[in-house]
Amino acid sequence: MAVTDIATTVDAKGLSCPMPIVRTAQAAKTVASGALIEVLATDPGSTKDFAAWCRSTGNELLEQSIDGPVYRFVIRRK
Amino acid sequence: MTTPTVEPTADVLPIDPFVAAFAQEEEDAVATKQLVIVNWSGELDRIWPTLILASTAAASGVQCKVFVTFWGLLPFVKDGVRLTGENWMQKMLSFMQRPGIDHLKLSKMNFVGMGPWMIGKLRKQYKIASPRELLEACEALGVEFIPCQMSMDMFGIKREDLIDGMGEPAGAATAIELMTEANASLFI
Repeated sequence: MAVTDIATTVDAKGLSCPMPIVRTAQAAKTVASGALIEVLATDPGSTKDFAAWCRSTGNELLEQSIDGPVYRFVIRRK
Repeated sequence: MTTPTVEPTADVLPIDPFVAAFAQEEEDAVATKQLVIVNWSGELDRIWPTLILASTAAASGVQCKVFVTFWGLLPFVKDGVRLTGENWMQKMLSFMQRPGIDHLKLSKMNFVGMGPWMIGKLRKQYKIASPRELLEACEALGVEFIPCQMSMDMFGIKREDLIDGMGEPAGAATAIELMTEANASLFI
């Protein structure tokens, strides 16, 4: 996926629960429907939490990957 | 006998914008889940989960209302307000339990402030959001805080003593209505 497709990136590295979700929810409000949001986090709980958050909000979790200690999520805004 | 001529219809029927808006509204109403938390305790180890759950609910598109009662009111007193109440007993209470979001005690292992100090150190070390940050997130995400009128009267806490984000004070009947209509309700 080309980097240019990403509308906004949420840098939640180092933050603990629930701030990665809170920051992402706030960022989601600033982008249009269908836009892609990239989230970078180091909280190991975020893998389960972003899946749950996407299920309850209707946003789509497109990609999930791990690069060392950093978890990366790409979410499509509902 | 002549058959009435039928006008050719367009492939897509025009949608009445009023009907469309109504349908969307109904869809939204069905989709919105509700969480109600009764925030009874003013202690650090209970305020924390209250604010974490409330902010996460709001971030997850769940409408969240927090009914703030009894000791739970004290953390919602404004920064500049040190003593609350009108008579000596009310003032004494607020002297013994300093109000405000930055002055919370632990329900156990408080040890004259040693416990909260250590928790604060650990919190910073692990970059965990403080109650203050979480409260700000709650306000930004539209969590509704409803103070209990009876508790305000008993502690002598006035509306202007409470943070600006507090809603209209209400009573137990409001809390019951909120709880019975919500998808989930918690007493913390």
